[in-house]
Amino acid sequence: MSKVLKSIYMPILAVVIAIIIGSIIMLATGFNPVAAYSSLFIGAFGTLPNIANTLANAVPLIITGLGVAIAFNAGLFNIGAEGQYWIGAIVGTWIGYSFKGLPWYIHIPLALVAAMIAGGLWGGIIPGFAKAYTGAHEVITTMMMSYVAIYFSHYLLEFGPMMEKGSVPQSPLIRDSAVIPTIVPNTQLSYGIVIALVAALFVYWLMYKTVWGYEMRAVGFNQRASKYAGMNVPFNIVLSLSLSGIFAGLAGAVQILGVQHRLYDSFTSGYGYTAIVVALLAKNNPIGVVFSALLFAALGTGSQYMQLNAQVPGQLTDVITGLIIFFVAADKIIELFKTMFKKQKKEELAS
Amino acid sequence: MKEILLNPQLWSATLAMATPLALPALGGTFSERSGVVNIAMEGIMLIAAFFAVLFAHLTGSAWLGLLGAVIVGMIVAVIFAWAAVTLTADQVILGMAINIFASGFTAYLLNTIFGFSGTPTDTPMLPNIDIPIIKNIPFVGQILSGNSVIVYLMIILIFASDYFLFHTNLGLRIRAVGENPEAAETAGINVIKLRYLGVALSGLFSAIGGAYLSIGLLNSFSTDMSSGRGYIALAAMIFGKWTPFGSFGAALLFGFATALSMQLQNSALSKNIIMMLPYILTVLALVGVGGKSVSPAADGVPYTPKK
Repeated sequence: MSKVLKSIYMPILAVVIAIIIGSIIMLATGFNPVAAYSSLFIGAFGTLPNIANTLANAVPLIITGLGVAIAFNAGLFNIGAEGQYWIGAIVGTWIGYSFKGLPWYIHIPLALVAAMIAGGLWGGIIPGFAKAYTGAHEVITTMMMSYVAIYFSHYLLEFGPMMEKGSVPQSPLIRDSAVIPTIVPNTQLSYGIVIALVAALFVYWLMYKTVWGYEMRAVGFNQRASKYAGMNVPFNIVLSLSLSGIFAGLAGAVQILGVQHRLYDSFTSGYGYTAIVVALLAKNNPIGVVFSALLFAALGTGSQYMQLNAQVPGQLTDVITGLIIFFVAADKIIELFKTMFKKQKKEELAS
Repeated sequence: MKEILLNPQLWSATLAMATPLALPALGGTFSERSGVVNIAMEGIMLIAAFFAVLFAHLTGSAWLGLLGAVIVGMIVAVIFAWAAVTLTADQVILGMAINIFASGFTAYLLNTIFGFSGTPTDTPMLPNIDIPIIKNIPFVGQILSGNSVIVYLMIILIFASDYFLFHTNLGLRIRAVGENPEAAETAGINVIKLRYLGVALSGLFSAIGGAYLSIGLLNSFSTDMSSGRGYIALAAMIFGKWTPFGSFGAALLFGFATALSMQLQNSALSKNIIMMLPYILTVLALVGVGGKSVSPAADGVPYTPKK
């Protein structure tokens, strides 16, 4: 089987197996899987507002997922995209409300670029240099930096410098000139989706059509060989982790400017973690990221509808997500199933 | 500040908060010493926390709750080991998958089994233990006596783990497998079997830690109640340089940060800044400030036997 076909077919198979196991769990706990999955689907795609909200949900997943995919391509696991997302959201919010009288075409890019720089520094500088020069594992450093970012946002919002007057820990609203307008009224879908799609095309071009992308992928494929081929391995490590942070930061700012319009105090947005799942299912292909982000966004929006209409707890979608990733990671299980199936067939033919 | 530091509550809270970090940190030490990075400890803790309450409620015995939690936790650990060791899948990705699954699965079961009112209030709890003589010493007695039985179990396990890992043949073999599996195999050691053992022990310790959260500190389960402790435990293990006593020391330090931030509820600044410290310290330790933390050489690298 060709490699391209395999990279599409294995994730789909993983999704199918996860859905089947999800059905078994529902049957065992007294729910009707057909009713659950159909209401999940209607919730995600049944009406125009539902479709719009699913697309809106996909925006931060696409952008953050692209960042995670860049790092994966360079052989690095940016598990701390969540924190870089928060840093981007903090900076985007701050620029969004504190600059007065700017035209939108300056205010929005200013907020986005500043958030990208901040996210890039957060992901690139400490974990990047630590990995490149001391070998400190990026899984741990990005994870730790992620917690630092989240506590930093608590500090800012809970009676800190970014808290709006009052008792609720939240920032002031951003100014109108910083708001990315919505496309479908009364939904969360903003022109952020355009930014997400452009970002996907850009990352595709960067990773597959430029020398930089080639070098990052080479380093990911074989660090030692890349070194002997004259590539600057530490530079590529810092570059890919920085890019990863840049996209996570962008996602945070786009979410603030397009959807939330202010920063709320919460322990997690969840986007940073789901973005890892998005990148994994897409096998780190930037175009694949768009589709896999849509799938997980649909699970997210559909789950609320499923809970209301089929009474199945919405967390079932997390169960399915976990299973999908398990089977994507352990794709040898699927091959194991296949050989078992073939053996059975042979035995049937023989008898 | 002086009043806070002289309050025995701060120090007993430190011990209470260190326990659910020290247990998975010990578990992680075994797993990583054998060469397997196990971030699934977070999910194992959560699943164990849920099943501890479920079994304790069904049987009316907190001890059977603990036993059930340990069994379920070890089953999850063995599934993880099968995929990570036998099928050589990426360990970090598998761990994430199990953590997402655990979060969804426990919340799903909580809703379907117990409904929206949460777990029953008559769920039994593991006992607290008073230590004779020590309990009568002022200040010290208030800290060291009257803790949950799991706290004392943890302290025994730390000494036992250190002895096992550094003073027994099997412990030496586990470490060999994590440093250089090829050489270990040449010397006739079964790499796969020992990695299963390492992961199973991490499952066991994480499960005890998870049960402590739900039926040791409390007698109820709530969604995502492990709240990242499995990850912080990894940090404690690294900060403790992959040794049982080091892990315990780091867990105490992190537990102290949590306990202190609880005492400082009303001043947001210091609370959130203190909560950042464990993570910053871990990054500094990894980068090499104050004696570099170096992981076992074959940590996280799947191994395929030669034959």
